[in-house]
Amino acid sequence: MTETMHDPAAGRDNVETQTKQFSTFYVADLFFGIEVLKVQEVLRYLEMTSVPLAPDVIEGLINLRGQIVTAVDMRRRLGLPKRADGETPMNMVVRSDEGAVSLLVDEIGDVLEVHADSYEPPPDNMPKKQRALIEGVYKLDGRLLLVLDSERVLQTHSIN
Amino acid sequence: MEDDDIIKEFLIESTENLSRLELEIVELEQRPDDPALLASIFRTVHTIKGTCGFLAFSNLEGVTHIAENMLSQLRNGERNLTPELTSLILETTDVIKRELVSIEAAGKESGDTYDDLRRRLTIACNGTTPAAASGPVVTRTTETATDPAPAVVAPQTPLPPAVEGASAVARSSQPAEEQNPDHPAMANVPAEAEKVGAKGSAIADATIRVDVGLLDKLMNLVGELVLARNQVLQFNSRQEDAALNGTAQRLNLITTQLQEGVMKTRMQPIGVVWNKLPRVVRDLAASCGKQIQIEMDGAETELDKSIIEAIKDPLTHIVRNCCDHGIETPDVRVKRGKPAQGRLLLRAYHEGGQVNIEIIDDGGGINAAKVKQKAVEKGLLRPEQAEALTEREAVNLVFRPGFSTAEKVTSISGRGVGMDVVKTNIEKIGGVVDLASKTGEGTTVKIKIPLTLAIIPGLVINSGGERFIIPQVSLLELLRLEGEAGKKQIERIHGTPVYRRRGSLLPIAYLNEVLALPATSSDSEVLNIVVLQAEDRQFGLVVDAINDTQEIVVKPLGKQLKGLTSYAGATIMGDGKVSLILDITGIGQLSGVLSESRDQLRGEAAKNEASREERQTFLLFRAGSFERMAVPLSLVARLEEFPASRIEHAGGKLVVQYRERILQLTRLSSVLGVPGDASAAMADPAQVIVFSDGDHMAGLVVDQIIDIHDESIKVGKKGDSQGLSGSAVIGGKVTDFLDLPAVLRTADESWTAQGAGSPKNRGTVLVADSRSFSRGLVRNYLELAGHPVLEAVDQPDALEKLDRNEIAAVVTSRNLSAGGAEKLVEQMRKRPGLAHIPVVALCDSREEMVAQNSAHFSACVERFDRASLLDSLEQLSAALQDQPEATRPAELAGGRK
Repeated sequence: MTETMHDPAAGRDNVETQTKQFSTFYVADLFFGIEVLKVQEVLRYLEMTSVPLAPDVIEGLINLRGQIVTAVDMRRRLGLPKRADGETPMNMVVRSDEGAVSLLVDEIGDVLEVHADSYEPPPDNMPKKQRALIEGVYKLDGRLLLVLDSERVLQTHSIN
Repeated sequence: MEDDDIIKEFLIESTENLSRLELEIVELEQRPDDPALLASIFRTVHTIKGTCGFLAFSNLEGVTHIAENMLSQLRNGERNLTPELTSLILETTDVIKRELVSIEAAGKESGDTYDDLRRRLTIACNGTTPAAASGPVVTRTTETATDPAPAVVAPQTPLPPAVEGASAVARSSQPAEEQNPDHPAMANVPAEAEKVGAKGSAIADATIRVDVGLLDKLMNLVGELVLARNQVLQFNSRQEDAALNGTAQRLNLITTQLQEGVMKTRMQPIGVVWNKLPRVVRDLAASCGKQIQIEMDGAETELDKSIIEAIKDPLTHIVRNCCDHGIETPDVRVKRGKPAQGRLLLRAYHEGGQVNIEIIDDGGGINAAKVKQKAVEKGLLRPEQAEALTEREAVNLVFRPGFSTAEKVTSISGRGVGMDVVKTNIEKIGGVVDLASKTGEGTTVKIKIPLTLAIIPGLVINSGGERFIIPQVSLLELLRLEGEAGKKQIERIHGTPVYRRRGSLLPIAYLNEVLALPATSSDSEVLNIVVLQAEDRQFGLVVDAINDTQEIVVKPLGKQLKGLTSYAGATIMGDGKVSLILDITGIGQLSGVLSESRDQLRGEAAKNEASREERQTFLLFRAGSFERMAVPLSLVARLEEFPASRIEHAGGKLVVQYRERILQLTRLSSVLGVPGDASAAMADPAQVIVFSDGDHMAGLVVDQIIDIHDESIKVGKKGDSQGLSGSAVIGGKVTDFLDLPAVLRTADESWTAQGAGSPKNRGTVLVADSRSFSRGLVRNYLELAGHPVLEAVDQPDALEKLDRNEIAAVVTSRNLSAGGAEKLVEQMRKRPGLAHIPVVALCDSREEMVAQNSAHFSACVERFDRASLLDSLEQLSAALQDQPEATRPAELAGGRK
């Protein structure tokens, strides 16, 4: 159920060599990454309890081994169209200052190691809602890795 | 009792000392010359001897006394330690241990005088130094051998600090007696030293210092265990396996016991907090020149440590308030026939799984009338609201933010902050505060708080397909209304559903509506109502199903959900799913059944109204042959029922005594000229709609109040019927609209007289609004206030009417068609004759008002805010009359404050 993340030390070592490790995932056709150290674990879809009156982006609450974790739907957070019926999202549980929060994403990718050379700030012409949540872009071979600002993503009260 | 405590402390302390003593003696064999070690051993034995003497344990004292002598010789270097001496000392410690066990078990010594040991000790003492100072001891020893109760030497030194340390441990822990039943063997004093070693330190083991953090962690773990237990039990209920059943039952039992045990470790007597209060009261009394005596009852009542922490400040605050505001100065008290010394009583006791704390003073009490007056002055309540309050409700107003009745602000209190904080703090921990006061006799503040916070019992309910938990603390009772008849028991007053519960009305809220959940199939036969207590009010919450009660562990919600007032937290249920715990106060406020938020809610409703365009609330009623009539609810002051016996005749009219005034009643059917209806008997009790305008009131008797309805309507004017302004479809039926100003004037000449009697400040008002309904409503307001009204449908129409008529003021909708209200104002300012006419803009929202207020208009009010509109007009016309002609346009163009 849980895909274990790597040795946290690996991330630290790589700081000197100007590379960073990102846990990647897909939301619609966008390819995102969150720094590996911020990710607690990745889980398959779990049953959820919806929270009436909560902001739209809050999908519900999940029971993560006795801990209650809020799940934020990344599609709605990014202002993207709804997931097709029957498609279940994955839980990407990230650490935050106030406990773990789960981001509901479409698909989980690999852990990638990227070079600081390929980094660029987000392009100006990105949709505003998405641009606000993105720290920057890594230009990879054939695709772009968008670095998600997980703190911003979790400030859901500011958007509703 | 006190003696027991001292003995307990002595036992704890001695047992601790003994274990150290043994170590030190063994160590001494390695380093026989270490003076520090010797001194420490000597001190320990000396302390035990001294305390034994003090407590009259003469045998023990005798033995330790000789041992002390020997140690003294060793310490002074008069002799060297030999293995024989070491054995003797160790043997002495064994004796001490044995005696301690006896004292612990039976409260007295074993009775053994240990003559043999004494002799050997004495020989050892004398053996090498026969001429030494130990001579008297020999005599003494022989004496004691025959006389078991020798004169006792009082300890020469005060108890060393170790005693205090030990006693502190004793206080913070379980009393030793409670341990004893668990160890019945302790009663049989074991003779063997080994046995003593194994069991002798029961007391010391029972009291260890534990980090509170560790206890918290344990509590959390127990919480998790409770959840896991719940899951296992639920799983088990679906299984047939007998072995599993048994195990699950055992797990259930053990978990419950463990939970109780761990909770006990965190319990502290409330005296911990109370102890500092006498000082507070003394200082306060001195600074206020009062005499106050504080009494405490139930200081031993135990509460969870976290709750003790949480109530510390609120308690202190209440006590300060009692001293400062409650209890009078001695001369006032004497004048009122009370003893000069005021009395403050603190009481605490357990009741139904909760702790009640009462703070009672015998001071001046709270003057309910004064509180009401203050509340009205501060704008917390409208006068008629204040009037309707019971005394108890009124005194509880002091918990509202910004409230203080103290005539002057003192350094202690009176700044109007505090009691509301007290209330919020206590509510934060799931408690309730209530205040009862009798003028002249005193005030009682009653606080109810749960024993613990971590694990609470909760009621599991379903609504809108979701499962929720209601904390048991808030629960009063469960109601079940069955069938159609049951549903009919929910009545509506002013749109609020209510239920008659034992003669009083209980406001009702539907949980699925509050939480915006879909309503489940409406054909269900049963209506479940959970009656809840929130703050000082009760209300009923309609839910789909009521399940069982469960022990739940409150877990906080993430910060993304912190803003939601509807939930107190979440928990994990037996099936492993998460359930939300309802915050009853929050739910009450959201649904509008709690007064604090009612205004806010109304504001929101008004906003909704604006966005839904022309939605209005109407009161529907029946009168004579008019089956369905409507009047805007905003014009209705109150709905009343008067029994026929209260209706009197005066001057050929029907009147009723109402709020210390005479309210004239008019039968609507007779005004409307329904033939033959006037003679028909009036219903008993009579249904009366009360309209009020300032200090003028009129009652309209109707046959039946039907309903309150939200609708968006166009009123089709038809001038043929007297007293009707038109008809429209409301709730799927054609409904006649009452022409209220006309009806009131026909019914009551004084109403007209008032309008006509003050024509100079009731100039003609032009109402410019493209929406006919809104226009009609505003017209109603204005005409009721005595203003002649002209209507205009758009901007050019308004200008034309302004040109042709003498208009005192313009009330215009902001979104007036053909140019908008701004354009109208611009046009008016260009025309010399019109420039000075004040313009009041009707806005759809508060935001709009703020944005517009300073720009074009003399004033801005919310569209359906009748009182503000009339106020504004009043002020504007007053301003017009006060000011010289020349300054008017500039003044007014500059806008109103």
